[in-house]
Amino acid sequence: MDLDATVPLSERAEWSDVVPLTQNDGPNPVVQIAYKEEFRETMDYFRAIYSSDERSPRALRLTEEALRLNSGNYTVWHFRRLVLEALNQDLYEELKFIERIAQDNSKNYQLWHHRRWVAEKLGPDVAGKELDFTRRVLSLDAKHYHAWSHRQWALRALGGWETELDYCHKLLEADVFNNSAWNQRYYVITRSPSLGGLEAMRESEVSYTVKAILANPENESSWSYLKALYKDDTKSCISDPSVSSVCLSVLSRTDCFHRFALSTLLDLLCEGLRPTNEHRDSVKALATEEADTNLANLVCTILGRVDPIRANYWAWRKTKITVAM
Amino acid sequence: MADKLVADKHVRYILMAEKKKESFESVVMDHLRMNGAYWGLTTLDLLEKLGSVPQDEIVSWVMSCQHESGGFAGNTGHDPHVLYTLSAVQILALFDKLNILDVGKVSSYIAKLQNEDGSFSGDMWGEVDTRFSYIAICCLSILKCLDKINVGKAVGYIVSCKNLDGGFGCTPGAESHAGQIFCCVGALAITGNLHRVDKDLLGWWLCERQVECGGLNGRPEKLPDVCYSWWVLSSLIMIDRVHWIDKAKLVKFILDCQDLDNGGISDRPDDAVDIFHTYFGVAGLSLLEYPGVKPVDPAYALPVDVINRILLTK
Repeated sequence: MDLDATVPLSERAEWSDVVPLTQNDGPNPVVQIAYKEEFRETMDYFRAIYSSDERSPRALRLTEEALRLNSGNYTVWHFRRLVLEALNQDLYEELKFIERIAQDNSKNYQLWHHRRWVAEKLGPDVAGKELDFTRRVLSLDAKHYHAWSHRQWALRALGGWETELDYCHKLLEADVFNNSAWNQRYYVITRSPSLGGLEAMRESEVSYTVKAILANPENESSWSYLKALYKDDTKSCISDPSVSSVCLSVLSRTDCFHRFALSTLLDLLCEGLRPTNEHRDSVKALATEEADTNLANLVCTILGRVDPIRANYWAWRKTKITVAM
Repeated sequence: MADKLVADKHVRYILMAEKKKESFESVVMDHLRMNGAYWGLTTLDLLEKLGSVPQDEIVSWVMSCQHESGGFAGNTGHDPHVLYTLSAVQILALFDKLNILDVGKVSSYIAKLQNEDGSFSGDMWGEVDTRFSYIAICCLSILKCLDKINVGKAVGYIVSCKNLDGGFGCTPGAESHAGQIFCCVGALAITGNLHRVDKDLLGWWLCERQVECGGLNGRPEKLPDVCYSWWVLSSLIMIDRVHWIDKAKLVKFILDCQDLDNGGISDRPDDAVDIFHTYFGVAGLSLLEYPGVKPVDPAYALPVDVINRILLTK
């Protein structure tokens, strides 16, 4: 890192041969705050070397300064890549640079794209580094969309699947409501070359998910995950006693969030589940309305009441009930 | 608490932002000025105030951002990218100036970014994301040369990004996210492929985004944000399921995100405003048929009269 960084570029001997170029879109008045001036000046010098296409060590250092001030500028990232290639720079050092920038602001596409470009060039050797880097970012924001996207790419392109399911578990232990972690779990069980695929993993995953649901029945992601485990196989879904019984368990509890249990039961009924008396009783216990002989109808009525913001949706669901029960 | 849209204040906010070119915020955003211009100008048009801006000056500036490759940059002196290419084309559409474009050049720039698997890269560096699929399809459709790409493969790639909850992510297997869903559904709508969407399933996922206060989030267990008033809402409209949310509550949420004194709209009540959220708030209100706001096309994200002008003429 340039020790002269706090000295204005116009006063640095190294840059005395360069004429800075201003952004060509209007008058250039005096700015009041020094920080703004530093930024403007850096970008003026950047424009100069960009326009003369100078791919030198000082150009590389200048892109670093520019990115520290504004990591969203894609032209600077673009030019930095050209310079890195021209100078044949050590890309392992570049990984460290990217991480330093990420510390200030990791929510920009350019940074992640640059990281991927570097990692791709370095190959499977950096699989561990990419998983570590994304893990660090996710420890600050466990739902960081770019980090997850990069992590998925790294697993596909560079490997490292073996510990991923365990990683998902740790994240869910920290926050069972983390939809990204549930999504990653699904990603792993369906795509990992070291597991047996969805059907092979189904039983253990259902058991895992049921536990999570019972602990927090108000967790949309866990219910969603449960259904996803039966992708394209509704028959198995309705015949799996775990699924219908987790609905029952939740519905039988008083003072509990029932909405997802009700909607899941509704889905099962519409797919052909034959409800038991226990199902009927637990639903009736929640009804303030007159008991409908059609259980699915009654569930819809209850949902329309407990989830009024989606009243139209539940009314529509009612019109779709074709099963007589 | 707001009970109406303070349209005049928003118009002033946008016009002032354009004038404050040398403000720090403005300088930091200058690489994406093309996006900012699209958000600001479209909002003005939706509020029937597009005439307040110097059209010729803006059109000249837009054209000055075009590269030899045919693509547009975020501002003069920057590199081309599909993100800014779409915004540039949309801005020209607003001003009914598409005829000044060399359509062949722009469309070639975009077409070259399609990959073997049907996906699209954002620029020469190869980043792939379903956002770029939408951008390419939307842009080429406006320019009436969708035939320059392999639409079948493009649709195939988008469908491969469909998840079991009915939503779509940025790449196959990525978490469903309202922004990505808008892009995928929009692209499918434009290419006549909405039958590839499971509308009931996705409709439910989308209406589940509405939280107690009436705002919409972008994924389960996240905070509501005005920008989802666009992405979730336009998706619901494209698949004919918008009646599944509580529209009145959403209108109230958007109105509460206004800065009633200085104009502009923020991501959620009492936060700082910006052009991005101002556009999405107004566009969301348009989709909710709020009085005084022109209708906006949910797939093209441009006023309906602009799209009609394009699609219904040769």
